[in-house]
Amino acid sequence: MASSSIFRRIGGLVVLSSRRACSRGLSTGSEELISSRGIGTAKPINLFSAINQALHIALESDPRSYVFGEDVGFGGVFRCTTGLADRFGKQRVFNTPLCEQGIVGFAIGLAAMGNRAIAEIQFADYIFPAFDQIVNEASKFRYRSGNQFNCGGLTIRAPYGAVGHGGHYHSQSPEAFFCHVPGIKVVIPRSPQQAKGLLLSSIRDPNPVVFFEPKLLYRLAVEEVPEKDYMVPLSEAEVIREGSDITLVGWGAQLSIMEQACIEAEKDGISCELIDLKTLIPWDKETVEASVNKTGRLLVSHEAPVTGGFGAEISASIVERCFLRLEAPVSRVCGLDTPFPLVFEPFYLPSKIKILDAIKSTVNY
Amino acid sequence: MALYLSKYGKILPHLQRKKGFLGLISRSPWSSRFRQNGAALSDSSRTSHAVLCEIPIVFTSRRFESVRADKELIPLQSASDPQALNFPGGIVKFTPELKFLSEYPEERMHCYRVLGENGEIVSSNFVQIDKDIALKMYKDMVTLQTMDTVFYEAQRQGRISFYVTAIGEEAVNIASAAALRMDDLVFPQYREAGVLLWRGFTIQEFADQCFGNKNDYGKGRQMPAHYGSSKHNYFTIASTVATQIPHAVGAAYSLKMDGQDACTITYFGDGGTSTGDFHAAMNFAAVMEAPVILFCRNNGWAISTPVDEQFRSDGIVVRGQAYGVRSIRVDGNDALAVFSAVHAAREMAISESKPVLIEALTYRAGHHTTSDDSSRYRPAEEIEWWRAAQDPVARFRKWLEGEGLWEAQSEAELRAYARNEVLRAIQVAERINKPSVEEVFTDVYDVPPPNLADQEISLGETIRRHQLDSSV
Repeated sequence: MASSSIFRRIGGLVVLSSRRACSRGLSTGSEELISSRGIGTAKPINLFSAINQALHIALESDPRSYVFGEDVGFGGVFRCTTGLADRFGKQRVFNTPLCEQGIVGFAIGLAAMGNRAIAEIQFADYIFPAFDQIVNEASKFRYRSGNQFNCGGLTIRAPYGAVGHGGHYHSQSPEAFFCHVPGIKVVIPRSPQQAKGLLLSSIRDPNPVVFFEPKLLYRLAVEEVPEKDYMVPLSEAEVIREGSDITLVGWGAQLSIMEQACIEAEKDGISCELIDLKTLIPWDKETVEASVNKTGRLLVSHEAPVTGGFGAEISASIVERCFLRLEAPVSRVCGLDTPFPLVFEPFYLPSKIKILDAIKSTVNY
Repeated sequence: MALYLSKYGKILPHLQRKKGFLGLISRSPWSSRFRQNGAALSDSSRTSHAVLCEIPIVFTSRRFESVRADKELIPLQSASDPQALNFPGGIVKFTPELKFLSEYPEERMHCYRVLGENGEIVSSNFVQIDKDIALKMYKDMVTLQTMDTVFYEAQRQGRISFYVTAIGEEAVNIASAAALRMDDLVFPQYREAGVLLWRGFTIQEFADQCFGNKNDYGKGRQMPAHYGSSKHNYFTIASTVATQIPHAVGAAYSLKMDGQDACTITYFGDGGTSTGDFHAAMNFAAVMEAPVILFCRNNGWAISTPVDEQFRSDGIVVRGQAYGVRSIRVDGNDALAVFSAVHAAREMAISESKPVLIEALTYRAGHHTTSDDSSRYRPAEEIEWWRAAQDPVARFRKWLEGEGLWEAQSEAELRAYARNEVLRAIQVAERINKPSVEEVFTDVYDVPPPNLADQEISLGETIRRHQLDSSV
C-alpha cells in the first residue's frame, strides 16, 4: 500500500484543472480557494478533520440539521464527529441504537420534515440492513408522492474501501449497488479538501445522497484545506492530470494509485489523463467523453469487484458515445470477484502494477 | 449460579495474561479470592453472591472514566441494599431462585372497550365526544364502507386495476383520525383511507388517484389506493410493509425539536410487527423519546397468514414493555374506545415526549386486496360472523340511535348519497386524461439530471417514430 508520504504529496498536488478549464490548461479550483484573494486561511489537515470541519459548518449553518449514528457522540470510531456533541448538544448530535435500518428509517423521517439528517453508517460493509430503506423509501420518496413530499435533506455517510487489514467486513466498496438506484446520488471524495466541499454540497443538495469516505485516507491523506465554508459541485468530474494517450477514470483512494501508475507510464512515454469522477450518479459523462475523444483510450479502475462494478456502466456509456474514436477496448482494472480477503489484499486490489500493465496493453493494442 | 462461576472462571486467566486490560484493577485480592473459593462457590449461593459483590469498584469505574470527567459517578453499590448492583443500565436486585420468566402471561392483556355489541355504554372511563364530531364520525364510517364497496366493484369490472378495502376496520380508521388534530402527521400502511377521508380528502380525489389521471397528486406513478396528501398531512402510501414506522419516529423527533404541539401517528397491521423496521422503530422511539403513536391494526390476518403463524406473543400490546413503550389494547371495532385511546395517547405522546403503542383488535372482514380471495384460506362463516356481529359501523349506529342522534331515514339517505357520490366520482375520473409522459422523468430528483434528459428525448423519438398514443 502507498506510504503516507505519497498521500501528502497527492494532497499537496491540489487541483490541476477543473472540467471547464482543462482545454486551456488553466489551474482553477482549490488553488483559487487557497489564494489570498480567495476564501481565507487554509491549514494542512487530514481527511477525518476535513469531514469534521464540514460537519461543524453544516450544523452551524442550519439549526435544523442533525448528525447521528453509532458512537458518533464521543467523536466516532474515526473521529469524524469530534466536538460536535459538545458544541451543538446531544439532541442534535447523538448516538443511535445499533440498527442501520433504524438509523436510515429515522433519518428519512427527519428529512421528510425538512431537516438535514446526516446519518453515519459505521462501515459501508454494514449499510446493507438499510438498503431497503434507501432503495424503496429514500430514493422514491419524492417521486411516489408526486413531489408533495421529499427527503432531500438526507445524507448518509459511510467509510468505505481497503485499509490494509480490513478483510471481508471492513474493506468493502459497495458503491455499485447504489449506483443502480434512481433518485439518490452517490458521491466519493478523493482527498481532504475535496471531501469537505463535496460533503457540504451533499448535505445541502435537495436529494438524498450516499457519501462514501475512503477510510484509508482518514489519517494518511493530509492536504491544505480552507477553514471556511465552501462547496465542490456535484455531478462534475475533474481532470486532475492532463494527458493525450489514454484516459483513466476513478474515484476515492484509488486515484492516488492510478496517479502513481500514470507517473510511471510517463517514463515510458505514455501521456495519461486522469479524471476524478467524484459523483457516480448522476455522473458527468461529458467530461469523460471529451477526454476519450481526445485520447481514444479509456481505463477505469475501482477496488470493488470487476463484475457488475460501476466501471461497467462507464465503459458501456463511453463505448456508446465514442465507439468510432476508440483505439482499443475499454480496460477495467478492478478488484477480483471474490469477497475481500485479508492476507491476500495486495493481490486482490487493482494495484499500480496491474494498472500500469493495462495502460501499456491498451496503448499497444 | 453455576453459569456465573464458569463464566468468571474463564475470564480470570484472560485477565491475568492481559495486565493492562482493566487498567486499574488490582489483581491479587480479586483473583486470589476466586482461587480460594473456587470450589466453595458452588456450594452456597450466599458465598457466590458475596463474590459477585466483591467485584472491585475499579472494574466498572474505568468505564465511567472514559466519559467526561465532570460527570458524577453513580454509586455502584447501594449501601442500604447489598442485594443489588448498579450494572450498566441500572440497579438490579439479585435472586437466589433459578426462575425463568414465562413465555406467556397468566392472562392475556385485557382489551379496553366502551361500547358493547348493542351500542350500550359499558365503561365509565372514556372521552366524551361532541355531538357534531360523533355524527361526522358515523357519516365518514358509512362513506368509507360505501366507497370501499363501490371501488371494489369497479375493480371487478376492470375499470381500475386494483383496490384495497378497509371493511371491518371503519372504526379504527375514522375514530383514530377523529381523535387527532390536522397538525398531527399520519404515516399510513395502506388500509387507512378512512383517516384521509376524515381529514377532508374528497371522493373525487380518491377516484383520481385510483384512475391515475392527471389530477392524481401522485401523478399516476403508483397503484390505486396509494394515496398521499401533503395538505392533509398524510404521507404517501407505499406497498412496502412497515417501512413507514421508523419514518414516523424521525418525524416525531423533528416535531419535538421544533417545539410543535403535535405528534405523529403510524399505522401497521399484525403482519407488519414481524418486520425489522417495526423493531427498529419501537426501539428508536423509546430511546429518542419521540412523540409518536404506533397504531397496530391487529385484524387477525396478513393475507392468508393468521396471527398464530405470525407471532407467539400475546399479540402486540405486550411488546411495548419490551422496548420501554407504554401500550394499550383496545377493541378496534368500538369507535368510542378507539377514540378515547388515541386521544389519551396523543396527550401523553406530546406532553411527555414519549411513544405510545396501541393495539386495536379487529377483523379484516374483506379480502387482503382485490388480488385476493380469502375464502380460499378461511371459512366463509368466520368472515360472515365478524361482518355481522362485530360490524363497527352498526355498533356505533346503535349507540347514536340510543342517543337520539340518528334514525333509519337518515341512514337510507346517507347511504344513497354516498353511493351516488362515489359512482359519479368514478365516472368523472375515468374520463380525465392520464398525466403527460413528461411526468415519467420529473421528481426522480429535484431537477432532472442529464441522463434523464437524454432518455426523455429518446423516448420522445420512439413515440413519434411509431406514432404511439402517449395520451394513454
